[in-house]
Amino acid sequence: MNDPSPADPPGRVVLDERVAARAAWDHVVRAGEILRIIDLEGNQAVDFLMYALHDDAERYSAQDTIAAQRNIFLRTGSVLFSNLGNPMARITATTVAYHDTVGGACSCESNTLRYGHHTQSQHACVENFLHANARHGRSKRDMVSNINWFMNVPVEPDGTLGIVDGISAAGLYVDLEAQMDFIAVISNCPQINNPCNGFNPTPVRVLICSRKS
Amino acid sequence: MSDLGTSAPKGAQAHARAMAGTRVEAMPTVPASATLDLPHDVRAEAMLWEQTVPGGGYAAKELHRGARLRLIDLKGDACVSMLVFNAERPQERLNVADTIKVQWNAYLGAGRLLLSDMGRVLASLLEDTAATHDAFCGPSNERSNARSYGDGSNWGPCPNARERLLLGAAKFGLGLKDVHPCINWFKGIRIAPDGSTQLEAGPFPPGRALTLRAEMNIIVVLANCPHVLDSRHSYSVTPVRVSAWRGPVTASEDAIRNSTPESVRAFLNVEEYFRR
Repeated sequence: MNDPSPADPPGRVVLDERVAARAAWDHVVRAGEILRIIDLEGNQAVDFLMYALHDDAERYSAQDTIAAQRNIFLRTGSVLFSNLGNPMARITATTVAYHDTVGGACSCESNTLRYGHHTQSQHACVENFLHANARHGRSKRDMVSNINWFMNVPVEPDGTLGIVDGISAAGLYVDLEAQMDFIAVISNCPQINNPCNGFNPTPVRVLICSRKS
Repeated sequence: MSDLGTSAPKGAQAHARAMAGTRVEAMPTVPASATLDLPHDVRAEAMLWEQTVPGGGYAAKELHRGARLRLIDLKGDACVSMLVFNAERPQERLNVADTIKVQWNAYLGAGRLLLSDMGRVLASLLEDTAATHDAFCGPSNERSNARSYGDGSNWGPCPNARERLLLGAAKFGLGLKDVHPCINWFKGIRIAPDGSTQLEAGPFPPGRALTLRAEMNIIVVLANCPHVLDSRHSYSVTPVRVSAWRGPVTASEDAIRNSTPESVRAFLNVEEYFRR
């Protein structure tokens, strides 16, 4: 771990890891702990899913989250809901204006549609999610719409939508306070065909902090 | 002892058989060729399915490549949540995020595709007189219906869409993990510049309809429950008529297939899948 200590962690740091560019990562986060994800170099999309530790059939639901807050953007104060309508985590702080949860994860297969069949062999977020989840007995049926931290997907009045240049920058972060015990799964997005990573995938840093008492 | 003559098996049998021929508003037409509502330019023998699904009801069906599936909002207040699976390999299923991202548009309407998570078209939307649909908010769940109506259980008067979808999926051997993000037909969600969701709740004029074309062999699961953001205090949802009939597989010169470069590649991936 070569990164300096974070200036102002949201609690006592119990885990501090660097997720390499293009890599998968997963870890248990306990209720009350705060997961901080830091965009080290700027405009690095971090694809993110959560599964309840007690039963992974309960998992993050982008649709339940959007319906609950009546807004597609994730901001400070947003509560992330499960498919059963239970709160899994709350964004207690973020230095980025908003994050995405409608754009989904890139995959080898969707890359063939978006960019052409020449991209099929490129690494993709679904590959990372499948890899990380397979270690715990989860499979393709566990893939659902995810969160894309630090990714910018505006929707125009006629419904036009797309992944556009990011609004994040080096050192910006998001803090998630766990409302239940869950497994956090990250794909540090390897996409090079759209601006979600500034066309240059970079590492991110993950902290887990115990609650400040 | 009841006075229905059902104290012994023969009496119970007579009682049961006396019900035959009862007609209610929400029921299947069997056989489908005895259709009450034959689509224009369709032969009765081509009908595969006709069913009126009540408010709070659900239905599920396997449809083969080329089949047409029509939903009619009979009274203007239906809200039909839909899951779609590849019937041959149901771990391939509708991917709502890819559906809107690949087509560069968040609003479903005629000419749009429903994409799987494997880069293929599960179905295309041939016709749509409603144009108010929702790819964002998903199904109601037991908790949300309990908040809205006091009860959201599958066995109560206000069943929730998620658990209706679960029952439909379960009829095909699928389970909790197979209830993926869905599309809601007939109730619309538009996104304002600040990201907020605007519900187009209706009620709308009766008879709005959409027709899908199966581009693969698919399982469709439908649940007809109030939209999760419906603010009315009563459980308000009206029946939907579901019809399906045989149709030709999409031809290489099809206008929807060739409408965008992304669409062409999605159909090429389907055609490659069926090269066997």
